[in-house]
Amino acid sequence: MTDPNPDATAVESPTMTYREAMREAIRDALATDDRVFVMGEDVADYGGTYAVTKGLHEEFGRDRVRNTPLSESGFVGAGIGAALGGLRPIVEIMTVNFSLLALDQLVNTAATLLHMSGGQFDVPLVVRTTTGAGRQLAAQHSHSLEGWFAHVPGLKVVAPTTPEDARWMLPTALADPNPVIIFEHTALYNERGPVDPGLGPVDLERAAIRRTGSDLSIIASAGMVPKAVAAADRLTADGVSAEVIDLRSLRPLDIDTLAASLDRTHRALVVDEGWRTGGLNAEIAAGLTERCFWSLDAPVARLASAEVPIPYAKHLETATIPQVDDIVASARALVGDR
Amino acid sequence: MNDSAELDQSCFDYLLPSLGADMDEGRVVEWRVAVGDTVHRGDLMAVVETEKSDIDIEIWHDGVVEEFLVEIGELIDVGTPIIRLRHLEADGGAAETAGAPSSRPSRPAPPPAGAEASAAPPEVTVAPPDASVAPPEPTPIAGTDRRVPASPYARRLAAERGLDLATIEGTGPRGAVIGADVRRIATPPVASASTTAPERQRTPASMRALIAERMSRANREIPHYHLARDVDVGALDAWLAERNANRPITERVLPAACLIRAVALAAAKHREFNGAWVDDHAEPAESVNVAMAISLRRGGLVTPHVEAADRRSLDEVMERLNELVAAARSGTLRASWMTGSTITITHLGDTGADLVHGIISPPQLALVGFGRSRRRPWVIEDLVTIRPIVTATLAADHRATDGAAGSRFLATIAHHLEHPEDL
Repeated sequence: MTDPNPDATAVESPTMTYREAMREAIRDALATDDRVFVMGEDVADYGGTYAVTKGLHEEFGRDRVRNTPLSESGFVGAGIGAALGGLRPIVEIMTVNFSLLALDQLVNTAATLLHMSGGQFDVPLVVRTTTGAGRQLAAQHSHSLEGWFAHVPGLKVVAPTTPEDARWMLPTALADPNPVIIFEHTALYNERGPVDPGLGPVDLERAAIRRTGSDLSIIASAGMVPKAVAAADRLTADGVSAEVIDLRSLRPLDIDTLAASLDRTHRALVVDEGWRTGGLNAEIAAGLTERCFWSLDAPVARLASAEVPIPYAKHLETATIPQVDDIVASARALVGDR
Repeated sequence: MNDSAELDQSCFDYLLPSLGADMDEGRVVEWRVAVGDTVHRGDLMAVVETEKSDIDIEIWHDGVVEEFLVEIGELIDVGTPIIRLRHLEADGGAAETAGAPSSRPSRPAPPPAGAEASAAPPEVTVAPPDASVAPPEPTPIAGTDRRVPASPYARRLAAERGLDLATIEGTGPRGAVIGADVRRIATPPVASASTTAPERQRTPASMRALIAERMSRANREIPHYHLARDVDVGALDAWLAERNANRPITERVLPAACLIRAVALAAAKHREFNGAWVDDHAEPAESVNVAMAISLRRGGLVTPHVEAADRRSLDEVMERLNELVAAARSGTLRASWMTGSTITITHLGDTGADLVHGIISPPQLALVGFGRSRRRPWVIEDLVTIRPIVTATLAADHRATDGAAGSRFLATIAHHLEHPEDL
């Protein structure tokens, strides 16, 4: 796990976009491990719908970067077979909405084979997919369903939010003997941030405190993290000191880090781009209430998307998912008058 | 015989409950149980005379009646222990010896943590058996903290420091005591007022006196505004007639139930009219508990409520209304029907006046009045026709709301009455 990564050739600049960081992670994996290959819809000549694999087809050839038919169940199943056969597939599913076609492969096969085989067969599969709204892609391309996968024992589910995590979570995921699903939020691809080229693989289990504070803990993941940080900045002007925690890993949930923060701040606001009912936000709120009840100064609060399909119209889409203003208002309500 | 030790372990005291915002004393006029009786949650324990009326009081815990702690007719403060009960789980043999006390305490001290706090701790298993997250002892805080809004963190801190939450000013949401408020307190406060304070002399209980006091206070303190709106109840009358035609008398729905439903639905939508004025702000209530003024044949009136009237069906509201009227007229109203009203209706009935400019029942925020239904010339489109008309009025607290909001509230009520099929 402390791979020194001596071959960080293409990285000169200390900052890069999330998209570039992810591409760099895939390129590095293809270059250093010949068991690794990429497959998915339009990942080759077209470079991927979100241009993450752009250029890799030319660099590594058609065998290592492969287009698939429009059949998520088929190519995820093929990825599971390849993983069982000793390869290290990186399977791209265009959006989490389409991943539902592969739920049987992921939930019934990938997540269970180690168990069903009495410990004989690992499934070292990595699935990358996009999640989230904000780009006017309407109700069949914009949902945040990562919480569904976080429900399933046997899967690991991560959501990198910084370019550095986008760069360095992938080698950890490829080295993991379990199936790992990486959720990339569509609104993050153009976000630019520093990436330490020599950092090496990072853990997939722990949440990260992105901003420290003392009055409340804002717990967020994926596309909600930058909004939570912006909200925390705004709250400072009101004299409210908000801590922002980036979950990073949705399964397993790092409840220890969340509880430790709550023991300092005594209030928690869970911000989730998914729906509220039965959502991951509910699991976090319940877990924190069990763990931290006698440290709470307020009920654990939740802010989630409106319970509707994500609309196409810009103003409706904006109104549907939590925005900075909403996070600020929820945080103020939680803290009370001051 | 060590009374207090025994009390801690196997007995609990039942306290005189407050049966309304203005009640601070009362007298037991009749026991509804006898020593040795086993009682269960919801059972009637005694008849208590308040200034307003005689009210049956219920108990919320199971137990065996051990001893009466006050005399019939004795004027006592709210919160005074009136009956000592033994927990049902307690050893039966001990009950017999304790049933014949040789030295009864002259005036028992308040129990350690109110009548309910001595119940067994919750049986829910809390996730990790980690000492740092273990809850404090179940009864660490004396006095009336059960009614103080306070966060779990504040409760833990107060318990650790032996502080009474009731004495700490809260700065959290809705005035809740939060951890920082407890940490601000340097020294433990003095104990809250003793129940052995001298009994105040009071003029004989009289409903008239209470009404006088409440209404004077309402007119003195509440800046009322009054609005009126005529409502065509023709559709309602027809709908009710058709609905009731094939039902046995006991299942028929009276217009009063429709009024309750209409007001409840409107109050659920316009929440600023549902709740209480507390200190210097309106506190909208979660539940819509619609009180109905019921006049008594012997004079005066009572205002029991239909709890959560916005979430009950029309038939359920009617059923409860029947119960309330019967109980009011027979003097057997239950305490839980009398406390916690969030809005009141006064309905003068078909022999009453055309309209009523009501007075709000403090601390509520609004009172809705309905006059008699009368046949009036009424314009529909460009035609004058004869329709049954009821004038609905609103008396509302101008500190909490303004006339425009009041107009919308009345309009919603009218809408519901004009579309009875949705009631």
